[in-house]
Amino acid sequence: MATSPLFTHFDQIFILLRNWLVGFLPAALRPAAGVVLGVITIVCLFPGLFALTTVFERKGLGRIQNRLGPNRVGPFGFFQPVADGIKSLTKEDIVPFSANAVVHFLAPLSLVVAVFMEFAVLPMGRNMVLVDLNAGLLFFFSMSASTELSVFMAGWSSRNKYSLLGAMRAVAQMISYEVVLLLSSVSVVMIAGSLSLPKIVAAQDSYTGIFPHWYIFTPWGLAGFVMYAIAATAETNRSPFDLPEGESELVAGYHTEYSGFKFALFFLGEYLAMFAISGLGTTLFLGGWSAPFSFLTFVPSWIWFFSKVMLSIFVFIWMRGTLPRLRQDQLMNFAWKFVLPFTLLNLFVTALWRFMGEGWMRWVVCTVILVAAYVLMGRLSMRNEHFGPRRYRYAE
Amino acid sequence: MLGEGILKGMAETARNFFGSYVSKERLTTVEYPEERIPAIEAARVFPFLVYDGADWEAGLRCVACQICEKECPPKCIYIDKSKDKKPDYVGKQQFYPTRFDIDVSVCMSCQICVEVCPFEAIKMDNEFELATDDRFGGLLYDRKQLARSNEYYHSIHPTEASQVDARLGEEKAKVEAKAKAAAEAAAAKAAAPAPPAPTAGGGS
Repeated sequence: MATSPLFTHFDQIFILLRNWLVGFLPAALRPAAGVVLGVITIVCLFPGLFALTTVFERKGLGRIQNRLGPNRVGPFGFFQPVADGIKSLTKEDIVPFSANAVVHFLAPLSLVVAVFMEFAVLPMGRNMVLVDLNAGLLFFFSMSASTELSVFMAGWSSRNKYSLLGAMRAVAQMISYEVVLLLSSVSVVMIAGSLSLPKIVAAQDSYTGIFPHWYIFTPWGLAGFVMYAIAATAETNRSPFDLPEGESELVAGYHTEYSGFKFALFFLGEYLAMFAISGLGTTLFLGGWSAPFSFLTFVPSWIWFFSKVMLSIFVFIWMRGTLPRLRQDQLMNFAWKFVLPFTLLNLFVTALWRFMGEGWMRWVVCTVILVAAYVLMGRLSMRNEHFGPRRYRYAE
Repeated sequence: MLGEGILKGMAETARNFFGSYVSKERLTTVEYPEERIPAIEAARVFPFLVYDGADWEAGLRCVACQICEKECPPKCIYIDKSKDKKPDYVGKQQFYPTRFDIDVSVCMSCQICVEVCPFEAIKMDNEFELATDDRFGGLLYDRKQLARSNEYYHSIHPTEASQVDARLGEEKAKVEAKAKAAAEAAAAKAAAPAPPAPTAGGGS
């Protein structure tokens, strides 16, 4: 069934469409035009998805808190993003008097551009990748690391205490979790043997019986995925790691001094980073565009990729609706004292998995090591924790 | 174990998420312009002037004593006293307000005017949709806009209104009894042969 021409056409519909459009041009222009078409698709698709996500997030958070959420603009409130967009476009663009106007202007732009670049290497379906770089993963991480610069540019150029504090928090947090993000992805690279994201997906696109060979279904993959998810949440400044913009203490953090469309760009950048990092997580651990069961392979690959990304976004929203914000020291302790050692151990376990060869033995050994480490580290780190009301040493 | 609390919390929010689609009791939201909850009896927003009978101008209880104007903390009441008098609910001749304006934009709904009024003439309304597009004239209510019948008062604050009515009725009965007694005394005096009493009249 996966080889029938109808399926192939449907699966490759976007590629065929692109080739058909490009076919109208002279042969010399075709490769460039193909890339431009891909870029246009990405630049239109993901902001559209962002608009949808904002309304779904607001409705979902409402439901989590037993509220209705927005339901006034259009049917069931689904035109809310349009209203928000018009509002942010027509608002006055305020630049503080003593701000560094150039950097202040460049910060949101460089953020959005860097985040858009991340999508270039993500395989969104079979053969659907804009650039198949040999070092795609490296490219992705270098782009996501450059968002830190934009955040700090925004915080520093605003010349505002809240902005600067937010930016400093953001940089501290993003650098700490960047390490974890990289190390948890390295275990995938160790097994797949490639930094190219399409190759990593292809390595997971096979089945035992009906079950897929996704990396999340291995002990090291599950542990790596959990660590990746924690680091991804922190990387994208989502709750419970939303300290850089903690509105109850820092007004809005690094984008306090932004209004109108520049603020909308920051907002867009944040959500795009969330899509990108979910897409990477999907690619690395959840089998990318491959179907979850072998009998579901008739569904086009891009549907699977986007459903997995939207599922991750839903989990992001769900966590936001559940968890309160961490304190800065808790955040740092968690990164350096729990997540990082565990990820390093996971690297060791991955190597063990690689060299123990096929068989049930490696499943048992790897699972035991990881579970024991998790329980032990949990016990040790919570040993000195006092839960309950806070005790004050001097002020009573 | 580490992470147990997070899972418990996630389960709780998931229960809320799906439960809010299933059970209506979870959603406490009242979608205001379409749905309304009836105002509770003690609700108070903005004062109004009570009148008895059908004609608002004749039945206005206010006697323009100006106590409320003087007591009003933000000074949002403006009263002009009349030159002539008209009978009040017991028939006594009283002044009446030729102008009684309250500025909605200044009123702070403190109810002090209601508490100081000795004539039960000013009470609190529960009408809260006072928005207007005319921020000068539209926010200054004159006595015609402020006048509400006693029946309306009964409909919004039934308990309080009947207490007020009982009190007023008692007072009226007292006045009537007094008048009757005075009339009887006068009649008795007139009937009795009274030689030296040239200027009696109202010897109260």
